[in-house]
Amino acid sequence: MNAIAIAVIGIFIFILGYRFYSKFVAEKIFRLDPNYVTPAHRYKDGVDFVPTNKFVLWGHHFTSVAGAAPILGPAIAVYWGWLPAVLWVVLGTVFAAGVHDFGTLVVSVRNKGQSIGTLAHKLVGQRAKILFLFIILILVLMVNAVFAWVIANLFITFPSSVLPVFIQIPLAIWIGHAVYKKNAKMLVPSLIALAVMYFVAVIAARVDFLQIDLVRYMGGEAGAGIFGLGAVSSAFFIWIVILMIYVYIASTLPVWQLLQPRDFINSHQLVVGLAILYLGLIFTNPQITAPITNPNADDVSWFPLLFITIACGAISGFHGLVSSGTSSKQLNKETDARFVGYLGAVGEGILALVSIIAVITLFPTKEDFLATYSSFQAASAGGLGSFVQGASQLATGLGIPAEIAATIVSIIVVSFAATTLDTSVRLMRYIIAELGSEYKVPALTKTHVATTIAVVSSAALVLIPEGPQGFGSGGYLLWPLFGTSNQLLAGISLLLISVWLKRLGRNYMITLIPMLFLLFMTLWAMVQQVLFTWAWWGTQSNSLLFIFGAIIMGFAIWIVITALTALGSNSQPTIDDNDL
Amino acid sequence: MLDKVKQLIAFYEEVLSMPHRQEIARELRNEDDLFLLLLYSEMIGIPNPVYYYTLELYPYMIEKFHDWHLRMGMEKSPMTGIRCC
Repeated sequence: MNAIAIAVIGIFIFILGYRFYSKFVAEKIFRLDPNYVTPAHRYKDGVDFVPTNKFVLWGHHFTSVAGAAPILGPAIAVYWGWLPAVLWVVLGTVFAAGVHDFGTLVVSVRNKGQSIGTLAHKLVGQRAKILFLFIILILVLMVNAVFAWVIANLFITFPSSVLPVFIQIPLAIWIGHAVYKKNAKMLVPSLIALAVMYFVAVIAARVDFLQIDLVRYMGGEAGAGIFGLGAVSSAFFIWIVILMIYVYIASTLPVWQLLQPRDFINSHQLVVGLAILYLGLIFTNPQITAPITNPNADDVSWFPLLFITIACGAISGFHGLVSSGTSSKQLNKETDARFVGYLGAVGEGILALVSIIAVITLFPTKEDFLATYSSFQAASAGGLGSFVQGASQLATGLGIPAEIAATIVSIIVVSFAATTLDTSVRLMRYIIAELGSEYKVPALTKTHVATTIAVVSSAALVLIPEGPQGFGSGGYLLWPLFGTSNQLLAGISLLLISVWLKRLGRNYMITLIPMLFLLFMTLWAMVQQVLFTWAWWGTQSNSLLFIFGAIIMGFAIWIVITALTALGSNSQPTIDDNDL
Repeated sequence: MLDKVKQLIAFYEEVLSMPHRQEIARELRNEDDLFLLLLYSEMIGIPNPVYYYTLELYPYMIEKFHDWHLRMGMEKSPMTGIRCC
């Protein structure tokens, strides 16, 4: 089957979803009011509350939510064949992610621009807030571990990407300095930085000694590494240690020094990445060689694991944090929420869709696909590499040589992952500090104590699981746990929107159904994984995954109980502040 | 056509610069807050040798003062001398 047809059908459904479903939700359920005074106007302070043009806000919202996760999840999930993955991405985006992102934005706008955490406290109670904090804590811990693994893995597989990625750091600091201290415009410096990075990438792809290949330095895969470990294990260990040192420094710097300028460069990379993939798709016009459904996938059932393997790209709780954290404070008119929130989710759906296409068109024959995606474990370990190769194959349609394209695509993925890592370690530090003050442990509120705990626990988590390539290479095993905690976060947000809608006497099925679906899938997946796979009596006993899985399962049950109590009680309708 | 391209570049630059502008504004506001706290240090029990002169700034900062105490989590003005609300 032709891959362009899949992209066209997928995008057409997204358009229908935006045109009809989001319109129905906006008019009949949320009843958006163009005359409502949004927090951006009401509390306008020129800092957090700034009325912003909807196109600009959408651009910012989209670049904040799109990252490496909507690439990695789909690249693994095609293991079950392309149809289940495409269906979940398309339908998930239209009926779950769109409503979730849109809904969190609206609820926050109607509640002084408050974030999901505060709203959990306000709408459900103190326990919901604590639950929310713990779920975020576990989510960011998983993000740190998984993304550190993603970067280390790409550095080992594509050593030519190391130098350009490290060059991004001084370039970002230079931009930060130029923009902040000299008040320069940022478009030109960030484009120059991007050009320098890609120039180095082109050279590094061709010149051997510019490729920082730790495995080769230690005498190839069979060589001896450090501490008696194999070469690949040692390479993983060294990269993860370097990454953790980097992330410690990066996450304690002011955001304008490194994180924000990196984001400027990454915004360009997102545009470049999407352009390479979609234009490459048009020019190469590839055929899908992967099977519609994988007949050999009997080790792990697609139902319900597909729904947690693809989190970002179908529905992701992280978006709710962006919607309610920043976007809601900048919404110019309430009716813009549909454009910003719903289309933000659609943007990520489009990225996930093309990630699927890159992988399912990579292999010359169906047999090659089945050989690479021979088991769920092989798919998890090799999915990212397949995406990079698939994307570089699409890029050849634009005349970019495959090895240069592979370097550039891996740089894009690493840059996204590194920025996410920086943000999530920062976030973890804040949460540890908040829990410290909540439970009266003042030491935890200190920046360096909190950061050390965040970095050490993340490093331990990524190094403990062992994969086929030895020590440290098993970080991908945490992916289902990342997906689950992300879905649970989305579950809480959907619960809050449902409670809010119920109290206003509106139809809350549009958020209740996705919430029940998500909670059901995550609970089922966790029961299956925790009790039948990772437990001592399970098929692949693993204490670490068992413990984390059990904690997440406990949270899922807690949310179900909270949801039942919150939706069952007949509280007074919430009165909008503006109605007072 | 050229206008459209210019518009697109302006839009793109706006998307990029939005978080940055916000960060700069936040840093400036933090500096301002610190300055205000220094001016009204009696509030936290530190004797202020120039309190007489800070009074002269009163008309210039009355509006800012109101925003400031709201931001600091105080619904009403903490100083009986300054009756902004």
